[in-house]
Amino acid sequence: MTQDTRKLIKQLLKGNRRAAARLMTLAESMSPEAHAAIKQLYPHTGKAHIIGVTGPPGSGKSTLVDKLIEEFRAQGRTVGVVAVDPSSPFTGGALLGDRIRMNRFASDHDVFIRSMGSRGSLGGLAWATHDVVHILDALGKDIIIVETVGAGQAEVDIIQIAETVVLLSVPGLGDDIQTIKAGIMEIGNVFVINKADLDGADRRYAELQMALELDRKPDGWQPPILKAIATTGEGVSEVVKAIQSHHDYLIESGEIAQNRERRYCAQLETIVEHSFIRKLFVEPEEQALFQQLVQEVNERKTDPYTAAERLILHLIKQKGN
Amino acid sequence: MVTKEKSDVSQQKREWEKNTLKKTLEKSPERRERFITTSSRPIARLYSPTDMANLDYDRDLGFPGEYPYTRGVYPTMYRGRFWTMRMFAGFGTAEQTNARYRYLLEQGQTGLSVAFHLPTIQGLDSDDPMSTGEIGVCGVAIDSLADMEILFSQIPLNKVTTSMTINAPAAVLLCFYIAAAEKQGVSSTQIGGTIQNDILKEYQAQKTWIFPPDPSMRIITNTLEYCTKNVPRWNTISISGYHIREAGSTAVQELAFTLANGLAYVKAGVDAGLKVDDFAPRLSFFFDSHLDLFEEVAKFRAARRIWAREMHERFNAKSPRSYLLRFHTQTAGVSLTAQQPENNIIRTTIQALAAVLGGTQSLHTNSMDEAWALPTEKAATIALRTQQILAHESGVANTIDPLGGSYFIESLTNEMEEETYKYFDRIDKLGGVVEAIKKGFFQREIADAAFRYQREIEEKERTIVGVNDYITDDMLEIPVLKIDPEVERTQLARLRKTRKTRNNKKVDQLLSRLQKAAEGTENMLPHILAAVREYATVGEVCNALREVFGEYQEPIIF
Amino acid sequence: MTEAEQKIRVLIAKPGLDGHDRGAKVVARALRDAGFEVIYTGLRQTPEQIAEAALQEDVTVVGLSILSGAHMRLFPEIMKLLKERGMDDTLVIAGGIIPEDDIKPLKKLGIKAIFGPGTPTTEIVEYIRTNAK
Repeated sequence: MTQDTRKLIKQLLKGNRRAAARLMTLAESMSPEAHAAIKQLYPHTGKAHIIGVTGPPGSGKSTLVDKLIEEFRAQGRTVGVVAVDPSSPFTGGALLGDRIRMNRFASDHDVFIRSMGSRGSLGGLAWATHDVVHILDALGKDIIIVETVGAGQAEVDIIQIAETVVLLSVPGLGDDIQTIKAGIMEIGNVFVINKADLDGADRRYAELQMALELDRKPDGWQPPILKAIATTGEGVSEVVKAIQSHHDYLIESGEIAQNRERRYCAQLETIVEHSFIRKLFVEPEEQALFQQLVQEVNERKTDPYTAAERLILHLIKQKGN
Repeated sequence: MVTKEKSDVSQQKREWEKNTLKKTLEKSPERRERFITTSSRPIARLYSPTDMANLDYDRDLGFPGEYPYTRGVYPTMYRGRFWTMRMFAGFGTAEQTNARYRYLLEQGQTGLSVAFHLPTIQGLDSDDPMSTGEIGVCGVAIDSLADMEILFSQIPLNKVTTSMTINAPAAVLLCFYIAAAEKQGVSSTQIGGTIQNDILKEYQAQKTWIFPPDPSMRIITNTLEYCTKNVPRWNTISISGYHIREAGSTAVQELAFTLANGLAYVKAGVDAGLKVDDFAPRLSFFFDSHLDLFEEVAKFRAARRIWAREMHERFNAKSPRSYLLRFHTQTAGVSLTAQQPENNIIRTTIQALAAVLGGTQSLHTNSMDEAWALPTEKAATIALRTQQILAHESGVANTIDPLGGSYFIESLTNEMEEETYKYFDRIDKLGGVVEAIKKGFFQREIADAAFRYQREIEEKERTIVGVNDYITDDMLEIPVLKIDPEVERTQLARLRKTRKTRNNKKVDQLLSRLQKAAEGTENMLPHILAAVREYATVGEVCNALREVFGEYQEPIIF
Repeated sequence: MTEAEQKIRVLIAKPGLDGHDRGAKVVARALRDAGFEVIYTGLRQTPEQIAEAALQEDVTVVGLSILSGAHMRLFPEIMKLLKERGMDDTLVIAGGIIPEDDIKPLKKLGIKAIFGPGTPTTEIVEYIRTNAK
């Protein structure tokens, strides 16, 4: 680890926002240097309550997050936000606009907001997001909110990261009922029907209730369904209360242990999986070996299974990073 | 008989293409594969009677001053009276702008047009931290009745008409004007003028909103109602396509969105219990005139026809005055180039010509330096002279709708009308204008058109003289108007004094009474008027309403 | 180093009270298409909001778009706040309506490039590629 990174970590632990921001950039690079930094920070993490907010595009996630920040700040708690938006699969570029909704906290240095592009498949969204969350945790934020677009894979990623997941839905968006059927219900701990003043809010409520009924476990946490209008703040304090009840439940019931285990397990899997994949596609030596094995399979000199075993053996034989 | 002639023509056209055109094209191909307007509309090589085969003169064109008014809203048009040459002005303090107005009135101008500075437009006082650097820069600084009294000092408000470019806080500025008139002993029934008051296009394009759409629409219907009863000579909304176009829309989008907004206001008025013929004649329009001459003329003609039809058929208006689409035009600010600014005089001339050929009721011609700042006096004079030359020397004002009957123009007019109705359908499907705004529909359409236009320039599908071709290394040599920093000090001092000398207890009481009205269903205007008579500021009135209505958050659209 | 490691992050900010976001949005889209990560802050941002967003997002470039005429008051404030946050090395560029006379003092302030009306977006992309570190 370079001297620079060491200094940044020291400053971060003293609460320096600039250092935190720079470490996040490093973390997003997913380089060995970044991982060395996270190793150093790790003992200083684990204190924050990590909340995921997800839902389809246009469901008002950022507006809800803005109102959540306000409520948590009113309780005197410090807040970090990670807002993840998709990158263009063609250019790798991204337009990140979630901050627009939260600009009013600019002069409040106890709020830290970071926008992330989901970037390419090489990175693994969950991995980089984890690291940014770790940095906010080490910066001393009490509450960390991770906002992701609920489209496809991203929702599943959120349970690897968050202890409490708030799932947003809006009346009239026909497609999200499909995702509910597709098992998304299992990831939500708190359900919020946003824009509840729109036609169809009651129907959406009934649909959610029915879906939850089907999934109902005999005991344990019963996810509440709440109505809110994030633009006016109506119903937001109930959402905060539900988030806190869920957290209390996790601790009192001891379920927090399973919750953590599930997240650490997923995290570990991600790191292992992507470390392998990155090696194969980034390191010249491994890339060459990979190409060579593809060629050999192609020429029927070997079979895919033997080739894969050789690759894995090769990677295992290497030391560390 | 007619159809036979037309089929002859189309037969002849095919032969011309085969025998004459083909040979030429083989020898020398055309300059481009695709010819497009400023709005990326493809244009055919040639228009002929076949392109207006469905045109029914009586149904689609008619005569000037008669339904459906395609050829003009008045029977004699410019043979009776030229269009009004109304130049927009306002800068610095109320004193400075007042001096400019009195000068313009001495020169024979009868109408005033007020440009407010951005803090007023945003419903903020000059001492708000957000107003830093903005005081008196883009227009005149008006915080309270105290400034308004100075702005119209020695100008008899029963003799002039005043157009005010103000939207989100339009009701407040109208009340300032009424109160300033009262101070002169002029009653609200005697004053005449216009407020822009078109909030829908703010959400779509100009982006100077304050409150969310629903309460904003209520303020507007309150204003319609109040003016119908108390300020009968006031034009209550100037439904504006100008800003939609300047934000990057195409000509058809400007046409369709503006008319859709107009229809939404009429519906809101009717839903609020007003009779359509009581307020519709007081609605007017404001369009952009861009560079593509024929497309612009067709746009104005289509606008008149669609509006007359919708008012007649959709709203069952009985008074012919409700059918008339009267409009003000401003040449396209966005077409002005910072490079070789003198060329802007020529651009403005073409645009002004389009407006006149399209039958505008009044016109503002931009000055060549407006890509940089407010115009200098010399530049503004050239812009005014452009209009005078068109009126007196060009001969285009001698006959009504001189392009009417052109195969090209009639075909374009029909095409734009059809496309407008397609947009109406899409907007209806989204649940109307307000819902479509909340969903970001207009914003996305406009952003896409703006991006496409920029790409066409960069890919040289369009040539902009002095920008992507015929480039010279010149620096700006025309003088640019600068606002004296003294303006800010004067303005802040007056605001402090106003706050000190008025009856603050009464102001507070009146503002809380306004808030009660806002929370209920009462008309808010009498309460705004009562508060501003006691020198409540534009920022204080708007803040009182912000507490009740909240502020608008736009959907995030790129 | 992979593509991801070199990702250029740009903050596009609109100080001033005007609502003219056409240019800012066209540029934001063009930068996205050029592969940058663009953080857009919305209309009517105060200098503090801009500086703080630049810090938290750790951008290498800040692009300011202004058409209200308030740049001579707002830009120095933004530069001061960036400096206070230790962000002196940020590449600050500007666009919009900025008269010739103002360009020199703004450059002296540390604003590296000013792109007037009619600038092709490709020129801005190239400039950033060459100068962002």
